[in-house]
Amino acid sequence: MKKVLAIIMALALIVCCFSACGGNNGGNDSSEKVIRIGVFEPASGDSGAGGKKETLGMQYANSKTPTVDINGETYKVELVYADNGSDQSKAPAAASELVGKNVAIVLGSYGSGVSIAASETFNNAGLAALGVTCTNPNVTAGNDHYFRICFLDPFQGTVLANFAQSKFQAKKAYCLGELGNEYDQGLISFFSDAFKKAGGEVIADSFPTNNSDFSSYINKAKSAGCDVLFCPVSIAYATQIVSQAAALGAKFPILGSDTLDDNMVLDAAKGTDVKLYVSTFYAEGGNKDFDAGIKEYINSNADAKTANGGNDTISAVTAMGYDAYYVALEAIKAANSADPAAIKAALSSVTYTGVSGDIAFDEIGDAKRDTAYIKTADTANAAWIFETQQSVAK
Amino acid sequence: MPKTKKKIDKGTLITLCIILGVMILTVILENTINANSLLFTVIRKGAVYSLVAVSMNLLNGFTGLFSLGQAGFMLLGAYTYAILTIPGGIRDTVYYLFQGSSFNFSFIDAFKSIFGEEGAGATISLILGVILAIICAGIVAAICAYLIGLPVLRLKSDYLAIATLGFAEILRAIFQWDKLGKVTNGANALRGYPTFADFNIKDDIGRIVFRLSSFVPLLIAGICIFVIVLLINSSYGRAFKAIRDDEIAAEAMGINLAKHKSLSFCISSFFAGVGGALFAMFASTVQAKTFTSAMTYEILLIVVIGGIGSVSGSCIASFLYIACSEWWLRFLDNTQYIGNYQIPLFRNGFRMVVFSIIIMIVVLFFRKGIMGDRELPDIFRKKKKTVKTPDVQEEPEVNKMHRRLKDYDE
Amino acid sequence: MEFLVSQVLSGISLGGQYALIAIGYTMVYGILRLINFAHGDVFMVAGLFMIYLSASLPIYLSIPLAIIMTVLLGFIIERAAYKPLRTAPRMSVMISAIGVSYLLQNLALYATGGQPKTYASIPWISKTIYIFGAPTRIVTVITPILVIVLVVLLSLLINHTKIGIAMRAVAKDFETSKLMGVKINNVISITFIIGSFLAAVGSLLYFTNYPTVVPMSGAMPGLKAFVAAVFGGIGSVPGAVIGAFIIGICETLIKGTDYSVFSDAFTFALLIVILVVKPTGIFGEKATDKV
Repeated sequence: MKKVLAIIMALALIVCCFSACGGNNGGNDSSEKVIRIGVFEPASGDSGAGGKKETLGMQYANSKTPTVDINGETYKVELVYADNGSDQSKAPAAASELVGKNVAIVLGSYGSGVSIAASETFNNAGLAALGVTCTNPNVTAGNDHYFRICFLDPFQGTVLANFAQSKFQAKKAYCLGELGNEYDQGLISFFSDAFKKAGGEVIADSFPTNNSDFSSYINKAKSAGCDVLFCPVSIAYATQIVSQAAALGAKFPILGSDTLDDNMVLDAAKGTDVKLYVSTFYAEGGNKDFDAGIKEYINSNADAKTANGGNDTISAVTAMGYDAYYVALEAIKAANSADPAAIKAALSSVTYTGVSGDIAFDEIGDAKRDTAYIKTADTANAAWIFETQQSVAK
Repeated sequence: MPKTKKKIDKGTLITLCIILGVMILTVILENTINANSLLFTVIRKGAVYSLVAVSMNLLNGFTGLFSLGQAGFMLLGAYTYAILTIPGGIRDTVYYLFQGSSFNFSFIDAFKSIFGEEGAGATISLILGVILAIICAGIVAAICAYLIGLPVLRLKSDYLAIATLGFAEILRAIFQWDKLGKVTNGANALRGYPTFADFNIKDDIGRIVFRLSSFVPLLIAGICIFVIVLLINSSYGRAFKAIRDDEIAAEAMGINLAKHKSLSFCISSFFAGVGGALFAMFASTVQAKTFTSAMTYEILLIVVIGGIGSVSGSCIASFLYIACSEWWLRFLDNTQYIGNYQIPLFRNGFRMVVFSIIIMIVVLFFRKGIMGDRELPDIFRKKKKTVKTPDVQEEPEVNKMHRRLKDYDE
Repeated sequence: MEFLVSQVLSGISLGGQYALIAIGYTMVYGILRLINFAHGDVFMVAGLFMIYLSASLPIYLSIPLAIIMTVLLGFIIERAAYKPLRTAPRMSVMISAIGVSYLLQNLALYATGGQPKTYASIPWISKTIYIFGAPTRIVTVITPILVIVLVVLLSLLINHTKIGIAMRAVAKDFETSKLMGVKINNVISITFIIGSFLAAVGSLLYFTNYPTVVPMSGAMPGLKAFVAAVFGGIGSVPGAVIGAFIIGICETLIKGTDYSVFSDAFTFALLIVILVVKPTGIFGEKATDKV
């Protein structure tokens, strides 16, 4: 028994090795020229749901525009995926996998922490990376290879603080984030700064990872008489907060960041009387062609539908993934070469008008963005309603 | 392992040659083939994990103390290393939420002010600074282990395990606390400190001329493991094994139980701390979120796969484990085709399912792991069939239970 | 006032849910001396079963089916992962438990595709009601009552039936009860079945209150329930229940203060203090009569 098992396992290992090697070379057999774009996104872990939606946008863009012309030759664009598992300790290996597959440029990731952790690997390989929705300032600060097409947390935090004060005349805000999560804590800090500057009062709180019971926090916010609850948390926590706030009869509006712009959160709010507002990169209805196209893509493809959480509500990250793909193509065209170094050099001066607005990079590598969309949840119909466009006076 | 008298025997010699060969091969490969291949990520992470696994083995396999606090000590080491080496110049950007750190000392900067900023001076400062910071990382972890050990080491087997696991969780919460943000950077990652890539030799215009980034972790881990092996073969090591085999008998033989347990716990934590520092260098960012109990379980599984009580087993297992989870099995996550036939089941997450099934098979059917309690030299040493001494690990459940219960009475 | 009532209420309900998991831990530990690390994950899988079943079946069918499947899972785990190691050292069994936990989490990840899953709302217990002006779900009130009923039934089973006597005998002395003709394997299987049943009931209540299931959902409740079992005196069912209530209430109260960061850390600190000061827990039997 043992011997048989041992032999089977040894064989399995050998097969694995071969197929792993084989996998690296796969796709080269055809004579057509291929340029590879690395998709560095989480498909598991806390941010798995968001990462999949972002990837969806890229896949849709890839299905629409599967080729790019370099020097008069047509290259087929191939997306290469690596799952970073929403985990900083797995990010470098996932990044090296992409590097090892000779990608020309990397898109991603959803979640700033993994992007920062992988940054070094891309840098060592001389690759440019294009952040799609990683909003933490540290992603692009202090390096010349990481770019991003979204707005930043200081901006987003300020926008939401202004919104809370102008819309709800909020004097007291309760902020709730995951303990030890760079994204949550960063946004809360920027939100608090802006909120306090305008004369408000902030109570900030953190919950431990894998926490499920938010009723204590919501009770605390209620008893402290807070006017708004600000929770820039990942999707799984957001659904818990929304549904528990509904059960506890919380009257204050819940403000969320771009992570809450997700149909799972919408589902949790469905049929309750929770007032949910989120800031985001793109609001459905912003570009009719894109909306119709992606809905058709999602509905015609069962895998895509599962990745989108089982319905065809468009997440802003999908639109951003879509734009990121085209920005990458623009960079390849501008470089007129498949060489990663040339693409990296060309990327900084690329400008592009995408479905989420105009994209141009500043000297740090961030997109110059000065507006965010604010959406509110229509809890009766489980849909997002465009609320307002908010910007910050610089 | 029988003690060799002066003359190095054949088994040890072959083992040493293999280790040396692997190191040389790594250097050659890194400078010849694609340096960004996953192979080198596996080597780096494998080296880090083998050190941590060996340190855990020292505790679990050689002293018989079942501790699950390894991730906590790694966290201490990683933070200590990072805080002591982040250059003063970039501290404000790293601690951007806290307007700079309250602890503004960097070994690298200190040495640079002695040896100079440029050329050889910078190199010497880098090497000295990193070494000192790594040692500090170990010491901090060891001190903490000593303090934790005072109450906890009185506990037995699985109670000890769960208590140390609890300590690791508490440590994590403390490091994530924003009130300490001036030192630990709260939820934010520490970055910008020297990593393995900084050991690549560069020319004047910053191009890499000779790569050492995979050799350095191998070297540091190798030295540390060598020290552990020396320790295991010393009189202390024999005392540890005596405690593992039978505490009461060991005490009767005049071994100070409390002292030796504490010593083993501190030494193991020291190397876990060093491992944490190396992990920080590998990952290039440090964030408390990474050091979860899942990480401890991972290391424990490595120890089990390698064989509890075998140093070389732990090393081999950690490279195999990392290679499987990060590299060889990755293809399982993507849809694969044989011709035009799409293989079912292959989609995201399948890799980890297959991987955990393999682990279960090892745990259930190959309980001794790869090496059992043998070492690499034992394999090369062509001995006549060794008479298997009754393995203490296989003591009947009942006896063990009774002994444990007796312990409670006291 | 409303704040305090509300906090205590959610503490009691959380404690009740921990209690149902803790009983599984304490019974298994009492008999096998094994910390069944996979127990928390069985609890999580029970939640997933319910989600998938309720998607296609009416609630009144999916609840019993989910419970039956969870019980089967517990039984299979014991037979496949723990029984072959009956003679192995305890550490091997514990490692096997960690392995099972790892496997269940990865299977859950594979099945859910990394998406958080929303629990089906069970109509008659997820409604909001008001107690002393504090809004809460009906499940909060049901939980402690249900726990007490189940514990009473369980004590009847342990104290007054043949299988109960066998369980106590095996817990007292493994070897001797074997010699006396107790069918050890049956006893152990029944222990796992009871434990999984209670975990399934617990998961029903827990996920009705906190309706999102992710692969890691079971890890923390599992560990906390174990702490509760140790706190109450491992091996003792009423001890585990009381320990679970204490931990649940303490946890929610701490979350209400400024030190909410340490709500998990507190549980572990409590564990260490208990282990060092009184390793047998509040209700732990004196170890002497076991030898």
